[in-house]
Amino acid sequence: MKLTLRIWRQTTASDLGSYETYLLENVSSDLSLLEALDQLNEQLISSGRRPVSFEHDCREGICGSCGFLVNGQGHGPRTATSVCQLYLREFSDGAAITLAPWKAKAFPTIQDLMVDRSALDRIIAAGGYCSTGTGQAPDANAQPIGRQQALKAFDTATCIGCGACVASCRNASASLFVAAKLAHLGQLPQGQPERSTRARTMQIRMEEEGFGSCSSNLECEAVCPQEISADWISWMHREK
Amino acid sequence: MSGLPDPRLPSGPLADAWRRTRETSPLISPLRKSQIDILVVGTGLAGASTAATLAQQGYRVTVLSFHDSPRRAHSVAAQGGINAARAVAVDGDSISRLFSDTLKGGDFRAREAGCQRLAEISSGIIDQCVAQGVPFAREYGGSLATRSFGGALVSRTFYARGQTGQQLLYGAYQALMRQVELGRVRLLTRRDVLELITIDGVARGVVARHLLTGELEVHTARTVLLCSGGYSNVYFLSTNALKSNASAIWRAHRKGALFANPCFTQIHPTCIPSGDAFQSKLTLMSESLRNDGRIWLPKRAGDQRPANEIPEEERDYFLERMYPTYGNMTPRDVASRRARELCNAGHGVGPGGRSVYLDLNDAIANEGRDTIAARYGNLMTMYERISGDDPYQTPMRIYPAPHYTMGGLWVDYQLMSSIPGLFVLGEANYSEHGANRLGASALMQGLADGYFIAPSTVTSWLAGHAGEQIQDDHPACREALDCTQSRIDNLLNSQGNTPVDSFHRDLGAIMINHCGISRHAKGLKQGLHAVAALSERFQHEVRVPGEAHGPNAELEKALRVSDFFGLADLMLRDALAREESCGAHFREEHQSAEGEALRDDANFAHIAAWEHNANGTPIRHAEALQFTTLKPSTRSYK
Repeated sequence: MKLTLRIWRQTTASDLGSYETYLLENVSSDLSLLEALDQLNEQLISSGRRPVSFEHDCREGICGSCGFLVNGQGHGPRTATSVCQLYLREFSDGAAITLAPWKAKAFPTIQDLMVDRSALDRIIAAGGYCSTGTGQAPDANAQPIGRQQALKAFDTATCIGCGACVASCRNASASLFVAAKLAHLGQLPQGQPERSTRARTMQIRMEEEGFGSCSSNLECEAVCPQEISADWISWMHREK
Repeated sequence: MSGLPDPRLPSGPLADAWRRTRETSPLISPLRKSQIDILVVGTGLAGASTAATLAQQGYRVTVLSFHDSPRRAHSVAAQGGINAARAVAVDGDSISRLFSDTLKGGDFRAREAGCQRLAEISSGIIDQCVAQGVPFAREYGGSLATRSFGGALVSRTFYARGQTGQQLLYGAYQALMRQVELGRVRLLTRRDVLELITIDGVARGVVARHLLTGELEVHTARTVLLCSGGYSNVYFLSTNALKSNASAIWRAHRKGALFANPCFTQIHPTCIPSGDAFQSKLTLMSESLRNDGRIWLPKRAGDQRPANEIPEEERDYFLERMYPTYGNMTPRDVASRRARELCNAGHGVGPGGRSVYLDLNDAIANEGRDTIAARYGNLMTMYERISGDDPYQTPMRIYPAPHYTMGGLWVDYQLMSSIPGLFVLGEANYSEHGANRLGASALMQGLADGYFIAPSTVTSWLAGHAGEQIQDDHPACREALDCTQSRIDNLLNSQGNTPVDSFHRDLGAIMINHCGISRHAKGLKQGLHAVAALSERFQHEVRVPGEAHGPNAELEKALRVSDFFGLADLMLRDALAREESCGAHFREEHQSAEGEALRDDANFAHIAAWEHNANGTPIRHAEALQFTTLKPSTRSYK
């Protein structure tokens, strides 16, 4: 198939940046969008131009490295999908696709489609854990955890930290990211001792890092590759 | 470095040897620990868990990761589960059973003391992870659920849906971030480790490239821990993440660390097969699917009918037919080899006839779609996204792909390499998995090394080796820096016009053909010539655009691929030298009339440890393996 890729190019954080248009011909519809970018980059390199920078690693939707806006949507048109799992068969032959980096104050641009998401790690550092050291664990079966309870905790623990929720929120809020971690630990007995402290410190850190407040538009839930429900944000607001 | 160091195996009875070793190890006072710097390379299960634990003990830990966040390390992609001998299912499991399964599964090419220790530690890992809030699957009564896995007859695999690696990694990552917040860990992300610094033969630091600024940095410490994962990406198409690489262990090898059994690489039987030339990776489907899925091919070679139109009696459930006891649960190497043989014989399905069916229809009919969806939901979705087919309607197509490398830097019982002060953990080392790793044992080993073994053995070594503080301008640091800089300059100055990926694809094709699922002397020799020729072409024809400063993904790839050439050469040499079939290493010359692997215990019951030789071909050392508890037997999964 044939594709027109309109891609945001920006060499450094201080550059203004602009869109450039590339034509990609003879590309297989069984490739992923990232593989199409690989193909484009090989062409750019062979013709002596700078390849497009984008984050990626596992290419199976679990590491959370990849992520950018595809035609304005975080991770593109398919729900519950990170961009590495977006295949060209989702697009029609001859389609024009616009690729732009996440835009958020807390995610400074690095180059092209790459941004700095380390603020999310600093939020986890503020309390996204059970303060238990190695060797201090009681028997794992000492405390029964119901199957449904474990599954509900698991559903929120699956967040891959890609940042799509932030990029799609008009306030660039990390509320879904924070709520997911609070709900993961807050629903398990292990997370109870620090439950309220955690809720406070992580939300304070979120503000300090420059993320906004929840905009209640639910865009975060719509783009989340792990389909984490925005109901957890309301749940978070009842914590403290 | 010359010769093979003492593996420092424990004396006395095997059981409890690890406890005795620990109890007699020298200690360091908590106050002194706070003045000791430790470098940890990598933030996967092994790296994150050991960094968090060492920091908790009071050491000053610096962690280097090439990712933007420690949470992205490829352990995150492990799906199926983690083994532990907790005997909760009352199916006869025990520490000794996990010990013997590991040793047998590895085809008697691992040290029994290591396997025993791993089995003893396994249960505590689950306790540790649960305390961190890892949401393992539970029974209705609230106790931990288990499932069975390839190569085992008991149910000892703990899991969190199909995302066990992710959940265990997040547990370790969160423990690490807690130590970062406490100021005990200095976390340096986006750093590629490109050289090891040794002073008087002792590992004292690394050279790392900052992946955003391009700056080369020197990091020194009293000891260095490499937790940088395996090298399946030598094959280009593998289940590894695209940036998984061998540079840290390969550069350490060139500095004197012995490389053990590099040809022991595992091919995973259940991956989504390849199609287009620009396909960048093969995606693994957890082999837990083999619990409920039945693997088959059309009985008639060249049968082009869609799966649903092939009647039951014309299907060959070949694993069930050949291995009635284990059936679809035969170990990975056996399942992979059989699939390849039948595809070569023309029975394969899909594009190019390079896949076999994994059929869940019987399981769906027996247990219902909802039950199967609850068990494998994320795998089914993943398959549908990549292939475009609905696995609830038509059988999945799978094919073996390089997945895990048992080989790695040689380490002694204390996890120390042949370079004093250099410890190697997790997939990066050669340890308990022998010639073939059992399913769900990688997570167990990574966390055993990281949480429980290294924190004890590193202290034991540091207690006896005070060492001076090293300044960054020490001649050895400058030399390592210059050496790295010239490698970068050479790549950037190459006048060629071919992108790095093109060479990597060619290297992968050579390696999968000659050093993949099955090997023979002629092919291995051809492989050696082909790798040498390709490496030579790479020097002159590669094009690495851009500059040394600023982000340069192509330069990163070029550095990694240039290290893969040397490693590929060593893998081929090792496979050629090992004149037997064992575990994942199948030499076509060494098989029985029925096509089963023929091991040669008289000549090859040893670990091959390769020494780098700057002036010629690598030197092969052999560490003999003793088996006192369990006598080597022929693996049989019939």
